[in-house]
Amino acid sequence: MKLEMRDTPGQLVAALKPISALGGNIIAVIHQRDASSTAESLDVQIVLELPEGRLDRLLEMLKAEGVNVVRIGEERLLHMSSLILIGHLMHTDLSDTVDRIDRTGFAEVTEMSLVMPAINAPSSARITIRSVNAEDMRKAIDILRAVADQKDILIIEPLEEM
Amino acid sequence: MRIVLLGFGSVGQGIARAIHTKDLGITITGCADSRSGVVDDAGIDIGAALERKQKTGYCGDTRITPMDVVATAEYDVLVEVTPTNVTTGEPASSHIRTAIERGKHVVTSNKGPIALAYRDLQAAARRNGVCLKYEATVCGAIPLINAMQEGLAGNTVTRLLGVLNGTCNYILTRMSEEGLTYEQALMEARELGYAEADPTYDVKGIDAAIKLVILANTVLHLDKTLDDVETTGIDLLTPDALRLADEQDCTIRLIGEIVPGDGVLRVSPRIIPKTHPLVVEGTLNAVTVETDMAGEITFIGRGAGSTETASAVISDLLSIRDRYVQGS
Repeated sequence: MKLEMRDTPGQLVAALKPISALGGNIIAVIHQRDASSTAESLDVQIVLELPEGRLDRLLEMLKAEGVNVVRIGEERLLHMSSLILIGHLMHTDLSDTVDRIDRTGFAEVTEMSLVMPAINAPSSARITIRSVNAEDMRKAIDILRAVADQKDILIIEPLEEM
Repeated sequence: MRIVLLGFGSVGQGIARAIHTKDLGITITGCADSRSGVVDDAGIDIGAALERKQKTGYCGDTRITPMDVVATAEYDVLVEVTPTNVTTGEPASSHIRTAIERGKHVVTSNKGPIALAYRDLQAAARRNGVCLKYEATVCGAIPLINAMQEGLAGNTVTRLLGVLNGTCNYILTRMSEEGLTYEQALMEARELGYAEADPTYDVKGIDAAIKLVILANTVLHLDKTLDDVETTGIDLLTPDALRLADEQDCTIRLIGEIVPGDGVLRVSPRIIPKTHPLVVEGTLNAVTVETDMAGEITFIGRGAGSTETASAVISDLLSIRDRYVQGS
């Protein structure tokens, strides 16, 4: 997630403190001087990870510190799992298989590599699922397991989430 | 210390050879294979029995059955290393019960009785004041059971993960490294003697599942049967699947998993980073135990083989001698 704020003296420190207080992880602080901007007012971008559900609290704390948040970037889905499927993937409607995950609204298939060796031979695919949190990932994988069972697809799960 | 040895195949002969060549203070007063037996309370001639087995296929007299040896010989410990029957546990379970009722300690490498009847057998052993040990049933030479019962005593195990079947690990290693198909890798494993003529028991994950049941019931104090293990084998894996894993610096291994808190027992092929300690080569076995105090501990070693299994059996024997039979 990306936060943009006006840079006035002391604001950067004031902005960073609540992030760590809420268990967030600061990935980058981009401090870019724009030619048109004046010395006392700069734009600062902070890229950060924050445990789910704490964004509102962060914004309140920033406001209390007098930090003026200009814009909040897109929330990214940080949990990711790659799984491998083996079976007659096309004949069992691969787009439906993917759709069952996408349809949940809390997880989505963001990447897929498919290998189809020969007609009638089982194909193999690696799919990457993303979700906002671990619980949603677990639910998404449970759905995929049920679909795989129904369609006679072998599903190879990762030992650990990546 | 006097022992009788039931089962004179590869494991039994490995134990006999070790006792014959190393000065362990162990005398074999009886031994039997499925078709013959020999009893001598003064100690049998081990060299002669090994030679006889090699030449004729019999270790002793065809009129003497394994049960005769258990029931009549003079000994302190029964070593039960007959082939595993996972459906009934027999005839090993009867051999073990008979020895326990006679007040004899038991050491076994046989997975059947331990997976099917551990509670009963352990209760009988306690009643009779004898010891039942089974280190060799899981992961051959790796002293896993001893490490979990003694070395990690007091720890709470939050998860156990293991590569428990050398045949599967060999096949997956070859598929991953050489791009072989499952069939090609299996054929190679057979030629090298790593896979049985009927590989079902190994490649379908049944062998690994039985080992999970043994670990669950003996060291993790759960109450599980083979039916409780969600089991998926490796026989449907494609070289493409291994290539897809490889693209992400991962590979695929057959992993047995126990999560005691959830009661989950699972054997399935899993995607695993190549740098993970459980990614071992060839027929090796590996087990990672996650605990509350000791953190993560990984054991790696040879999971099968005549001398390797003998190592586990002899360690059990010496531990019994030191605790119970001292001075005899």
